Amino acid sequence: MNQQKLVKPYGDQLNDGAVQLSFTLPIEFGPLAREAAKKFCEKLGFYEVTIATMEDLHEGYTFFVVYGKTDVAVDVSSIKVIAPKIQRLPREKIDELVLQKFKRPIVVVGATIGTDAHTVGLDSILNMKGFHGDYGLERYKAFRVYNLGAQVPPIELVRKVREVGADVVLVSQVVTQRNIHIQHLTELMELLYAENLRDDLLVIAGGPRITHELALELGYDAGFGSGTTPSEVANFIVQELLKRRGL
Amino acid sequence: MGRPTIELDSKLVQYARSLAKKITDDVQKIIDEHSTVSTERATLRLLGVDGVVGEEQVPLVNVVLDKLKEWNMLDQGAFKPVVSAAIVLDKDVQQVCEAIADGLDLRTLPQPKRNIYEAFSQKLVEEAVARIKRKSEERDALLRELGDPPKPYKYLIVATGNIYEDVVQARAAVFQGADIIAVIRSTAQSLLDYVPYGATTEGYGGTYATQENFRIMRQALDDAARKVGRYIRQVNYASGLCMPEIAVMAAFEGLDILLNDAMYGILFRDINMLRTFTDQYISRLVCAYANITINTGEDNYLTTADAIEKAHTVTASQLINEQFAIKAGLKPQLMGLGHAFEINPDIEDSLLYEIAHAMLSRELFPDCPVKYMPPTRYMTGNIFKGYAMNTLFNLVSSMTGQSIQLLGILTEAIHTPYMHDRYLALVNANYVFSATRHLGDEILFRPGGFIEKRANEVLKKAVELLEHISDVGLFSAIEQGIFADIRRSREAGKGLEGVFKKGEAYENPIRDALERELGVKG
Ligand code: B12
Repeated sequence: MNQQKLVKPYGDQLNDGAVQLSFTLPIEFGPLAREAAKKFCEKLGFYEVTIATMEDLHEGYTFFVVYGKTDVAVDVSSIKVIAPKIQRLPREKIDELVLQKFKRPIVVVGATIGTDAHTVGLDSILNMKGFHGDYGLERYKAFRVYNLGAQVPPIELVRKVREVGADVVLVSQVVTQRNIHIQHLTELMELLYAENLRDDLLVIAGGPRITHELALELGYDAGFGSGTTPSEVANFIVQELLKRRGL
Repeated sequence: MGRPTIELDSKLVQYARSLAKKITDDVQKIIDEHSTVSTERATLRLLGVDGVVGEEQVPLVNVVLDKLKEWNMLDQGAFKPVVSAAIVLDKDVQQVCEAIADGLDLRTLPQPKRNIYEAFSQKLVEEAVARIKRKSEERDALLRELGDPPKPYKYLIVATGNIYEDVVQARAAVFQGADIIAVIRSTAQSLLDYVPYGATTEGYGGTYATQENFRIMRQALDDAARKVGRYIRQVNYASGLCMPEIAVMAAFEGLDILLNDAMYGILFRDINMLRTFTDQYISRLVCAYANITINTGEDNYLTTADAIEKAHTVTASQLINEQFAIKAGLKPQLMGLGHAFEINPDIEDSLLYEIAHAMLSRELFPDCPVKYMPPTRYMTGNIFKGYAMNTLFNLVSSMTGQSIQLLGILTEAIHTPYMHDRYLALVNANYVFSATRHLGDEILFRPGGFIEKRANEVLKKAVELLEHISDVGLFSAIEQGIFADIRRSREAGKGLEGVFKKGEAYENPIRDALERELGVKG
């Protein structure tokens, strides 16, 4: 057992529990709104609640910026971070490894599926140019990349997977309103199972609101969120495939 | 409020316009040979056809178009067969369309006499055109009564997915200082080849554009406008596969501004280029006649291509959009060309580049209400940094005399705006615009300094690009990925099946009347 390690938010003194919040209540601007905001924060577990500002949004709504303190603490020693496990190898090393062990480039098919029209995120993982000075998968000798772009119906993605004999599928989802991304990702996964393609594939989801945890829940092999660099994805793909194929 | 000026190479400006004109002349020839299902549906709507059929709520105009297609009658357009049927059956056009939905086969009908047809058509066309005119005069009267707010107009978006929730958010924004309210459309509406019907409460990342939703928002805004004593403009999107129909609905309901770009759908929604070019023409005719300002979408290019490296593509596209707009009879006062503040904030002197680009748009299109878009691409989860970026954006707009300021939202990278996000955007803009109200009068940019040089450099690169486009043609240029770094092929894309070549017998007297009234065709 690890030693318990309790942590609270920090303002200017360790364990002061200082938190800043902002929110709107559907209450007309006035003393009642102020009291309601204060009570609400107390219910959340804050004390020494200061309504730093409250502003009239009109039409019966009021906006608050609030500071408060909390006694709630978390034991960080008991937290397990769910993240893809990877060793960080440089590009040359990855290329070499794939050449040696696979004896051919890994075939990757990428798409933003469903009604989502955002391509910049997926492109920054796949395109030569990459992201923040980190080269994209197309730059690697280790990968052969098919980038289908956006608004790709899952069925079309599946067709391409068959056509090119893909090893890896990369799906991007950026629009998340009303959980539309979950709908799209589920549809694709069900289709892959129905077509008997799931087991031989590495299926990876990505996008600013995608977490590794969510991806696993939806039956994917990994999920990558905001700020992902292509080299992280490259490393994951290669290491995971080597493991799975016993190479 | 005055604004500073910079010197542009005037010969180059003239040359750029002549290139853009040639490019669009070539496309217009192709446009004139074609029509689309959405153009024909818009024509029926102009004739007053409305409503939906069956449990699936298929718009009546779609049902009629599908039938005409099935009967191989499409190449003459929808006007003639439907109006002819109205004459021989002694029904109005709506009744004829309903009868078609109920099984009437137009192929079985005799033709009316030509002179009777012509007289009857003329009457219908006059009614249609008068309906638009009446609405636009009504809007003018209200604008005069309530008064126009100072520029830059503060433009805010609502996007809850539920029109009734949108109304609450929009009205609150008006009381907080907004001048323009845009209802963002639901994800993927642009790919629907029909316009949904009635009031809607379920959209993704936006709310469906329907005629009823337009009406509900119009009423709510007019009511709020009277309370605050200033005219409030309403915006929606005439883009995607139903551009012309949405323009007609907007004209009927008195909208003030429509997003309407000649190329956005092609690049960002993968809509077929022939379809979009043809559709934008008729939709712009309607806008021009209805006195609706169009907003073009050049700003979007900078979300996929670099804002410094590809600044000239924005300029080239503005010039092309301007020429398409002229062809549809739009006056400069109605051309809200697009531009954006999208330079990577990590770049040193990014503000100087932004000012240079903003000044270039102003100088090139002094009479156009340029639509200036906020930082979006480099907005991150750090909402505080984002708020600072929006402050600089507001400053540049005020300083360079922009007209339509799409306010930046601090949570841009996270979600469509919450009510207080919009409020904070207005706090920022109200402060900056008031603090800098006369800053533009006082500023002189150093002649031959960075800003003037940079503006001319972008112009020069735009001219080189236009030369290339003019050589290869706009279709091929788009195939080469010249705009937004996105390639689209002329044979691919959505909605191509809805484009057809006009036959010998093609008629569209409403379009002819609009062209005549606007003085755009020989
Ligand atoms: C650019 C942009 C657009 C452009 C897209 C152009 C294009 N071809 O991509 C245009 C203008 C077309 C657009 C349209 C719309 N957009 Co938009 N857009 C943005 C914007 C400004 C930037 C997105 C971006 O490019 N980020 C940069 C990239 C590099 O970051 P990223 O996507 O997060 O990608 C990284 C990681 O997430 C990850 N990643 C992403 N995908 C994948 C995939 C895999 C496999 C892996 C491993 C990793 C990975 O790696 C990348 C690098 O680190 C954001 C706001 C913002 N600042 O985030 C809004 C935003 C994403 N858009 C939004 C919306 C709502 C829309 C529209 C629906 C609006 C509408 N109603 O019309 C439409 C979409 C229509 C449609 N059918 O999808 C919302 C989404 C809200 C939500 N959470 O649901 C946002 C957040 C803006 C907002 N606040 O409203 N948009």
